[in-house]
Parts: sequence; C-alpha cells; structure tokens
Amino acid sequence: MRQAVIRLEELAADLAADRASPRAAQSLRRRAAPLAAPAEQLRLLGSLPLRAEFGALAEGLAPAQLEIFQVNLGKLCNMTCRHCHVDAGPDRSDAMMDDATVDLVIQSIRASGAHTVDLTGGAPELHPRFKDLVQAARGAGKHVMDRCNLTVLLLPRNAGLVDWLAERQVEVVASLPHWRRPNTDAQRGDGVFERSVRALRILNAAGYGKGDPRRRLTLVSNPAGAFLGAAQAAAEREWREGLRKGFGISFDRLFVLNNMPISRFLEWLQASGNLEAYMERLVNAYNPGAIAGLMCRNTLSVGWDGRLYDCDFNQMLELSPAASAHIRDFDEAAWRRRDIVTARHCFGCTAGAGSSCGGQTS
Amino acid sequence: METYFKPQHLADFPRVSDASPELGKKFFDYYGAVFAEGALTAREKSLIALAVAHTVQCPYCIDAYTQDCQQKGVDLEQMTEAVHVAVAIRGGSSLVHGMQMREQAKKAGM
Repeated sequence: MRQAVIRLEELAADLAADRASPRAAQSLRRRAAPLAAPAEQLRLLGSLPLRAEFGALAEGLAPAQLEIFQVNLGKLCNMTCRHCHVDAGPDRSDAMMDDATVDLVIQSIRASGAHTVDLTGGAPELHPRFKDLVQAARGAGKHVMDRCNLTVLLLPRNAGLVDWLAERQVEVVASLPHWRRPNTDAQRGDGVFERSVRALRILNAAGYGKGDPRRRLTLVSNPAGAFLGAAQAAAEREWREGLRKGFGISFDRLFVLNNMPISRFLEWLQASGNLEAYMERLVNAYNPGAIAGLMCRNTLSVGWDGRLYDCDFNQMLELSPAASAHIRDFDEAAWRRRDIVTARHCFGCTAGAGSSCGGQTS
Repeated sequence: METYFKPQHLADFPRVSDASPELGKKFFDYYGAVFAEGALTAREKSLIALAVAHTVQCPYCIDAYTQDCQQKGVDLEQMTEAVHVAVAIRGGSSLVHGMQMREQAKKAGM
C-alpha cells in the first residue's frame, strides 16, 4: 500500500515534467471550476428546458446478463482533452485505485461470469498495478480490453508495453477522434494526431490491426463538437482507406461514440453557447431501438474507490444504484436485479444510432 | 414580415407544403432518396450539397449542410475546399464567358 503511494507520487511528478504529451485543457478540478462537482453538473442539466425526460421514455430499461467487467483505475492521464467525461489529467493522482481495492477487484473478476474485463481511466496503463490486473484477468480466462489514449504508449516508462500487451492478447481500444489531424488536435491538443500515428505504427508493427483476433486493434471516434457521431459502417470504410493511403496504418474495427454532456464536454457546451441546442438534438434523435444494446444493461462499472455503477458516465456523476454498492460486497445475482439509474445525460447514449462503450448499438 | 430569412424556417421546412401534401410528400421522398448511400457515399453527397448551397447562396442549406457535413466527420479544411470548388466554378463560369467577349470584340474591332 505504502509502496504504491510512493510510486504514484513519482508518476505524478514524471507527468508534470512531461513536455512531450500535448494538452488541450486543464482539469476542472485544477481550475476549481464549479462543474468539477457532479451535483453541479446534474443541476445544470436539470435546469434546461427539455421536452422529454429519459426515465419516462426508457421505462423498460432493465439489466441483462453481466458480460463486461469494467474497471476505472483512476483519473491520472498524460493528456487533458477538452471533451473528457472523467476530468482526467496529469494532476489527478488524487483519484487512483489503491492496492486493497485492486486486490478486491481481482478476486471479483475471478469469481465473475463476465467474459470481458475492460480497463479504463484516465490512462489505465499509468496505474502501478495495471499489469497485475491484466495478468489476473487473462489468468481467469477473460478477454481484456485496454482503453488506450495512444500517446501514453510513447512515454519512456511504457517502452515495450505494446509487445507485452500483444503477448497477452490484450485488445487495444484506442481513442482517435478522427483519421485526419485537424479535428483530432482540436479536441485532444496540438501534436496529438502525429503522436497517435506514431503509436498506431508501433501497434501495427507488433501485429495489431491486421485481422488477427489475438491482436485486435479497435479505434474509437467521437465528434469534435456539438453534433452526433457519424454512421459507423460508412465511417469505418472512409477511415480504412484514409489511414491506409495517408499513413500506411491498418486497424480491425471502428467504434463511433457520441459525446456525453457531462464534465469537461458539458463545460465546453455551456461556454460555447451550444448546450441547449445539443441537448435538444439528443432528445430529438432519441432512438428506442438503441435501448437493447445499451452498455448499462450488461456492464458493471467499478470506480477507482471501489464503488459500483451502471456505467462509466454514472460513475463520474456519482449516480450509484445503491449508495453502499462497493466491490467488497459485490454479489452478481443481486446486481442483476438492481434498477439502472438514469438522468438527462443518458440521452447521449440513445441519440441517433445509439452510443455505447462498444460503439453504435442499433 | 420583419426579415426574409428566419432560422426557425429550417426546422419548419417539413411543413412547407402542408397546403399541398401530395406534392410535398413526393418532394421529400425524392429528397431522402437522393441523399441515401448509393453509388456516391452519403458523405460525398453532403459535400456536394454544401458546395451547391454556397452557389445558390441559400442560408438554410448552408446551415443544414454545415451541420450535416460535421456530423459525417468532415472537418473545416475539407468543407473549405468544397466551398472553393463552388467558387472556382462560379469564377470560372464568368471568366469562360470572356470567350464570347473576345469573339465579338475581335469581330468588330480592327
């Protein structure tokens, strides 16, 4: 425990001194912005004039079989993207999973019927026990997904990490807003696109993104602005050609997500005068066909402090299905019987073709 | 009418032919079919629409197809190039009429 704390401090100092990782913003917490508080985000969303409420529309939303065990290892990240729903950044060593919780998570993964372990953050690779978690999950026969920001792979401390992941058949689920520079840099910081391309080349060289199911490279795109994600299948065709012709890069599949109106994206929507129109757009694009594929139905989301949520977005808003729900008391059968918590931000997942951690849902 | 163009017109456009619903339906069915994925992608069609919108200088169409292009993942550099295509054709169209001027001037001049 003590040792992990010291390593975290070292890590935070490293990231603070890192001049290579581009940054588009600063965390809300660092700026002491009012929207750093989940209650303030919910208040702002609740104050908007909307013609429908999510709960009334999605009355039949109920949990399904647990398939994905998603673990948020903490908010520390080498980047500070403008749209981040986690309010992650290099200053966020305050919110990192401690050793005791990591041990509890490993026990629960071993006991769980979920087939997939989905590691997210922040940048999950920065957590001192990232590799322990990957090995435990693989040892338990789970498919492992690493939600990767790409640039983290270029940090000197992560030299060799791509080969390590490849040897363990970890799927890399990499964020890349767009296959061209302008929208990627606008959202994630100047120079991110060029560094992302370098990271993708390293992944390709290690055998990722070439149709081998043991080295699957999934790209995740989200819009650089106040509009919905593009149609996934058409975008995938365009990206495949664009990345191959322009950069000699290949990948296995593309997920297109919508941006959730929470945290830093919520702040940007408000500051840019787009908030009301964006929420109206989400409500108008409500698609009942997207409900069946929503991630909250088949996912458990574990927060850095061990608390349990329906999804990573509810986690950030601290909307827990039961105030006491914690990994130390996790009971999979009881979890299946819970009521999923919803609020206005949920319109982000049901707009258009739907949006989930696994891409479009309908 | 205090102004000729109102943003609300765009949202209300589907009701434009309420007084003649059958023709309206024919138009909007046709319109939808034109923009569907076909031999050209929906994205290519949106970029063509954006360029044409600038040629016909329709503020409603510019608003609609800027949004539509962004939603289809088109960035500002690509949209700007599309507008320049419209500009080049407009400018080129004026300039190529200069051939008429030259022909007439040459015929009448010494």
